[in-house]
Amino acid sequence: MKKKFSIFAALIMALSMILAACSNSGGSGNSGASGEDDNSGNTVGGDKVKLEIFSWWTAGGEADALKALLKGFEEKYPNINAVNAAVAGGAGSNAKAVLATRMQGGDPPATFQVHGGAELFTWVDAGKMATLDKLYEKNGWNGVFPQKIIDMNSKNNHVWAVPLDIHRGNVIFYNKKVFEENGVQPPKTFEEFFAAAEKLKANGVTPLALGDKNIWPATMLFENTLLAKLGPEKYAELWTGEVPFDDPAVKESADIFKKMLGYINENHASLAWQDAAQLVIDGKAAMTVMGDWAEGYFVAKGWEPKKDFGWIETPGTQQSFMVINDSFGLPKGVENPDAVKKFLSYLGTKEAQVTFNKIKGSIPARTDVDKSKFNVYSKSTIEDFQAAKENSSLALSLAHGSAASPGFLTKVNNAVNVFVTQQNVDQFISKLKQASSLLGK
Amino acid sequence: MQSVDTNNAANTITKFNKKGSKPLSRDRWLAVLFLLPSLLLIAVFVYGFIGWTGYVSFSNWNSLIPDLSFAGLDNYFYIFQTFRFQSDIRNMIFFTVFFIAVVVFLGQFLAILLDQKIKGESIFRNIFLFPMALSFVVTGVVWRWVLNPKTGVNLILDNFGWTPEWYTNTAVVPSWDIFQIQFGLPLALISVIIAAAWQMTGFSLAMYLAGLRGIPDEHREAARIDGANERQVYFKVILPQLKPITFGVIVMMLHISLKIFDLIYTMTGPGANFVTDMPAVYMFNATFQGNFYAQGAAIAIVMLLLVAIFIVPYLIRSRKGEA
Amino acid sequence: MTRTFSKGVVYAILILFSLCFLVPFYVLLVTSLKPFDEVSFATMWQLPSTIDFSSYAKAFDKLAPNFWNSVLMVVPATLLSALLGSLNGYVLSKWKFKGSEWVFTALLFGMFIPYQSILIPLIQTIQKIGLYNSIAGLVLVNVVYGIPLTTLMFRNFYASIPESMIESAQIDGAGFIRIFRHIIVPLSITGFVVVAIWQFTNIWNEFLFAITITGNNQHPVMVALQNLAGSQIVHWNIQMAGAILAALPTMLVYVLAGRYFIRGLLAGSVKG
Repeated sequence: MKKKFSIFAALIMALSMILAACSNSGGSGNSGASGEDDNSGNTVGGDKVKLEIFSWWTAGGEADALKALLKGFEEKYPNINAVNAAVAGGAGSNAKAVLATRMQGGDPPATFQVHGGAELFTWVDAGKMATLDKLYEKNGWNGVFPQKIIDMNSKNNHVWAVPLDIHRGNVIFYNKKVFEENGVQPPKTFEEFFAAAEKLKANGVTPLALGDKNIWPATMLFENTLLAKLGPEKYAELWTGEVPFDDPAVKESADIFKKMLGYINENHASLAWQDAAQLVIDGKAAMTVMGDWAEGYFVAKGWEPKKDFGWIETPGTQQSFMVINDSFGLPKGVENPDAVKKFLSYLGTKEAQVTFNKIKGSIPARTDVDKSKFNVYSKSTIEDFQAAKENSSLALSLAHGSAASPGFLTKVNNAVNVFVTQQNVDQFISKLKQASSLLGK
Repeated sequence: MQSVDTNNAANTITKFNKKGSKPLSRDRWLAVLFLLPSLLLIAVFVYGFIGWTGYVSFSNWNSLIPDLSFAGLDNYFYIFQTFRFQSDIRNMIFFTVFFIAVVVFLGQFLAILLDQKIKGESIFRNIFLFPMALSFVVTGVVWRWVLNPKTGVNLILDNFGWTPEWYTNTAVVPSWDIFQIQFGLPLALISVIIAAAWQMTGFSLAMYLAGLRGIPDEHREAARIDGANERQVYFKVILPQLKPITFGVIVMMLHISLKIFDLIYTMTGPGANFVTDMPAVYMFNATFQGNFYAQGAAIAIVMLLLVAIFIVPYLIRSRKGEA
Repeated sequence: MTRTFSKGVVYAILILFSLCFLVPFYVLLVTSLKPFDEVSFATMWQLPSTIDFSSYAKAFDKLAPNFWNSVLMVVPATLLSALLGSLNGYVLSKWKFKGSEWVFTALLFGMFIPYQSILIPLIQTIQKIGLYNSIAGLVLVNVVYGIPLTTLMFRNFYASIPESMIESAQIDGAGFIRIFRHIIVPLSITGFVVVAIWQFTNIWNEFLFAITITGNNQHPVMVALQNLAGSQIVHWNIQMAGAILAALPTMLVYVLAGRYFIRGLLAGSVKG
């Protein structure tokens, strides 16, 4: 008996100790500067500076794009080891939690993915970011990024982040075959949209596919109606408080949003956006409103742009471009600010912007790149981006964190989720109005 | 309770003291000493952090900038006034009650079947235990597919002319209007209950199976000799002896259901009109997406208080059982 | 044995329930064997046109480095929490002192805290003691939050060991430690099995702590599994293949130790 127990106890202790030791050494090996598991292959000595690049790009095209970006960077700066610290989770929700806890805990990553605009500003206001004015000057970026995009990344007369990619949020993707079979044209106005929707519905096709399990796709639908009804200027003034949420145009938008909800698939709450896009592929639905990453999904499913699917701006937003932007900034208190600045400088180069965006299916934030390198869809987006820049009709996305603070957005998402079911316009407007006190925060 | 307790402890002490008191007192110290590390860890990691959360819940910290100035009960007033939180409380109550009921009854039922000395018992048992090996994250994804109203089981049920809306159903039964919400069982929750029960029934099955095997056959035989039929044997002999097991199952399931997060997050999300939302999901949303740290903390504290309401009766009960 | 139903009915019901229980596994398996362009809600019941193992290869590539991390984490965490739990259970069932019931209650309450709510102070604490970003930190956290559960299980288990055994050992002059080593532990091997299985599964599948406490090189497999899904497009075939791979160790544990699981519960449940 005694022996048995001693062996048992010794086993437990030994095992735990060995494993604890293993895990400890694993931990310290990582936090040190040397890079045994670094994948560049050309490690020289132990003096490589390690940078943690934090994002939520963990899979598919976005992960490949990030990988290519980091590879390009390491070729240029072999002494800096840019580590991919991507964290998963639906549209970055887990990543944001991890980031928030790390920043609160005083352990910021070298740089992190953030939506330009309000989401970035919360970090600026919290005093967690360092300014990049000099970096912009040095790299001569003030002329090459559109002013509106620089503004998205600036606050208090300082610029805080480098824009890497742009996605467009006001796009309807449609199944060309379904449109043809039902004799429907891509709708430019709401009148045309509802006429088409009526026709499709009568023929037993779901006009508009929506997958709002995670709520934000419904919020996108609403923000695009807002943009159409208010126009880019007034739309922008919503977020500064100059236009109140009980403005008649907002109410009208809510009415239209409600009417659109009459043409969506019944099971919308059970679907994510990509399941909704699948309905379009399967021909069960005709259209879906989504950011242009949907194009990446269609292509991954073997669809050809312009042949199998077409796209058009959401009704009434032909002249506008709903901007969804990912930027990277410099947190205060990082170990190697100079190395981080090198990385950020690289992000702003034509080379990096083309490499990354070509793979991800987004477009560069710079407007002076060679668009011939991009596919059909991206080319047309780049042209629209250019045109919208000249008409100053770039609009910031609410659903994707740029237009208003995360606090406001959370409340709007809650209100939208209730509205989609209850469809009570007055209640919806009053909830928006209530939440608008959070706009400044 | 306190007095019962001390009596109990005093009894034990006198009992022990009857036999050689010297080494015993040293042993008592040793006992406490061995308990100490766990106590310290729990004191810091549970109570310390609950204290921190409580402190934050009374503060104005509702942005990324920590602001620990005193806000009184503002955050509590706020969350209780929201449609979402009212829905969450309702959902949590109904989910907990029905989930536990299903797990207890189904587990017991299957255990009784498996206890009939059947062939292939271990195969059946493993099938029922298997889901426990998965994480809720995986369970959520799979059941989201299976119970999707347009596909999934409905493709099969359609043949019988019945296509329930599963977790997209926004109806609440019965729907009494209370505050801003309708009170009752949100039908969408049934899908979540099915998924959660699928995963956890194996545990209660195992517990009951062990319990059944622990009841000596003589007890049953004795009852049968006394002329009891099988139904009476079950209700009079077996069921009473399974009581402690039922309690064990309930506690284990309570701690899963009250904290349920991963399953909801991956399977349904908050649901249309918040019919499948849970306090933990709201808290995660408020804290890490909206930066409402104080409101999130208030939600956590309310959750803890609800836990206390559920759990304290159990603790009292279980102590009585030992007295 | 309870003869409540006829054998035929029993088999029929068991088979029916087994089929229901296997449905989700069927979906997992079938989807994981499909190429991406065949994956959709509409065709979820259909068998793949050709069996395609490439999802497994892709998932395995991404998960493999994290498997070892999970092992490094789950083994010490399971053993340590079982050890602490058995000590606590022993003290709280056989060496009751004034207020020990309250201590037990206080420990037990720790089981019920929603972990999301304590994430920020937890991370700050882990950082202060220098275990942030390490598997050791994750082990600590899983052990700490496992204490309430393991204590509860062991305490119930030990309640079934008769007082008289302890008393007679004391008459023979055995003390606290010797009684534990020579009476309690040998009698509770099955208890250890139950607790270890339970903790192994919980810790293996734990996600929230894993993603927040460890950095990239230390992520356990559950985090890597989540990372298989991007923020935009989810390749369900790879995701489900990954889910099956990630669940293999726990499934194996249930198959191999399922019998001991019941036996352990049986040994401990005489008194509940």
